[in-house]
Amino acid sequence: MAARKSERLLNLLITLLVSRSYVTKERIRSVVEQYRDAGDEAFEKMFERDKEELRSLGIPVEVGYVDRAFEDEPGYRVERAAFELPQIDLEADEAAVIGLAARVWQHAGLASATSDALVKLKAAGVSVDRGALNVAQPQLAVEEPTFEAFWEATRSRTPVAFDYRTAGAASATTRHLEPWGVVSYNGRWYVVGQDTDRGAPRLFRLSRVGGAVRHDGRPGAFEVPEGTDIRALTESLAPPAAAHTARLLVRRDAAHGLRRHATPAGASGAGADAVPEGWERLEVAYGRTGGMADEVLGYGADVVVEAPEDLRALVVDRLRAVMATGAGATAGAPR
Amino acid sequence: MSGARDQVGRLLALVPYIQSRDEVSLEQAAADFGVRPAQIVKDLNVLWFCGLPGLGMGDLIDVDMDALEGEGVIRLSNADYLTRPLRLGSTEASALIVALRALRDGGDESVRPVVDRTLAKLEAAAGDGAALAAQVDVLLPQDVAEVNRVRGTLEDALARGRQVRLGYYVPARDEATERTVDPFRIVTAQGHTYLEAWCHLAEDQRLFRLDRVSRAEVLDAPVDQHAGVRPRDLSEGLFQPSADDLLATVLLEPAARWVAEYYPVESTEELGDGALRVTLRVGDPEWLVRLVLRLGGAARVEQPSDLSHAVHRAATSALDGYV
Repeated sequence: MAARKSERLLNLLITLLVSRSYVTKERIRSVVEQYRDAGDEAFEKMFERDKEELRSLGIPVEVGYVDRAFEDEPGYRVERAAFELPQIDLEADEAAVIGLAARVWQHAGLASATSDALVKLKAAGVSVDRGALNVAQPQLAVEEPTFEAFWEATRSRTPVAFDYRTAGAASATTRHLEPWGVVSYNGRWYVVGQDTDRGAPRLFRLSRVGGAVRHDGRPGAFEVPEGTDIRALTESLAPPAAAHTARLLVRRDAAHGLRRHATPAGASGAGADAVPEGWERLEVAYGRTGGMADEVLGYGADVVVEAPEDLRALVVDRLRAVMATGAGATAGAPR
Repeated sequence: MSGARDQVGRLLALVPYIQSRDEVSLEQAAADFGVRPAQIVKDLNVLWFCGLPGLGMGDLIDVDMDALEGEGVIRLSNADYLTRPLRLGSTEASALIVALRALRDGGDESVRPVVDRTLAKLEAAAGDGAALAAQVDVLLPQDVAEVNRVRGTLEDALARGRQVRLGYYVPARDEATERTVDPFRIVTAQGHTYLEAWCHLAEDQRLFRLDRVSRAEVLDAPVDQHAGVRPRDLSEGLFQPSADDLLATVLLEPAARWVAEYYPVESTEELGDGALRVTLRVGDPEWLVRLVLRLGGAARVEQPSDLSHAVHRAATSALDGYV
């Protein structure tokens, strides 16, 4: 029964916690009722499992020798300093911030980890009143099923292998990674680490990982290089930020989505043609040429690229490609 | 069985929780622990048989059962060795620290000092447990501050039961729209935050993506009551095609295969060399035309032929801009 087991686990913990020195198995058996009443074999099994259950709660059950002179009798203890949450005194507004933070994760596992942390802080005497602060709460959503596996592998420094499909690739390839960190960048989750196939740091988008994340070594098998800055590394490996500017002709009252990040073109475009009636000239900053071409194409005849030339050429190529597919598919099409 | 493990985890917090407060009402304890009061009573009953090794007279933890049953108040004594909770585990500490950082980055300047103070104290208390937090980083999108502002306005309207005037961009039709809505709730799905509301313009329930809201104004008018309208079940995804929608057959080259994962497709057929034939429901034909143009030759509409002609016409007229 759960209650009986809870009782046993708690009594075991108290025994190990209040003792100043390591407690022998024999002594443990004599003071915990359910161990005392069990047969030898049943006791051994129960005790092994119970120790592991305590450890799984994060309780540091240490093993040592009761008498250093005779290293034949191992004992157990829980050192108070390693067990207890240190003193933490939070002001009312700080406690309120913690309360808000506990609602940020939109992921079952991490939301429950934050509420467990919150319960511990309440147990340390902190009173949480979320109403004390009026702060916008961002929400961290995690929908990639592999998130937890990468988080855990990062935590335990376990090399992993997984199937990964890059943009546009038809099939996945198996990649091997020493995960250094898990990062959310522009609303997408990535894992960053040493790609052992390429021998260099790489960034992988979690949504492109197919299937399960497999362990590919032992926990603690690698170290994150000293001085690694996960944020700086991510920024250097992530798709480039807006470094180019496109000059576009945009039909009035059209391309509203594009207008949200466009600015009117300055008069600096010396030699630029006059803007046709019913059109405007706008500028948009962009990172990848392909991505910008995608956006322009989505507006069809309402947006025309004037510059730069590579973007203009790409848009024209793609429009021709669309027409080519159309011709094949629609034999006998009008016009 | 995990029941005992969870119970012990809770008790290791409950015992110091009560001792740090002298006495606590059962209701308050249940609320703070996020469990039913009956669960707290069960937990306390376990303590009857717990205490110092040997469990002799005076060794047992003393729970005042009269106060619990009579006044619904928890008092506890004789547990001096459990006055502090267990330290934070590395996932607990890191999850909280990362959430605090997100709060710091997502909020305005005024919240930073208090978040920074809190982070410093939490990191100190978490010790080694906080180490993992250095390996988890969240860079919020740049428009997050704007989205948060809109969200604040909408939450205010929700709390006060008021209608909202929305400026909203509809990408499928490339339209900037104005409409009045009765907000139901704010939900997060697939990386974006949405307002679910009754739209007076569409006279139907709609989802509005917050980063497409250009303007939100709380009106004086209270929301209308909508009997029988239920929040949509988003577990099946956001796009819930209707059987009335047009069924289109599209051929996807490898570069466009992502479409099959991104949008709900009715069927897929592998054609070899990474090409895929899919059928999907299309509410608004113009949306599919825009999508196929974007895919620049990597996708081809096979059926219906009207749509395939529409794509061809759209590409022809777009090319006219370049000659």
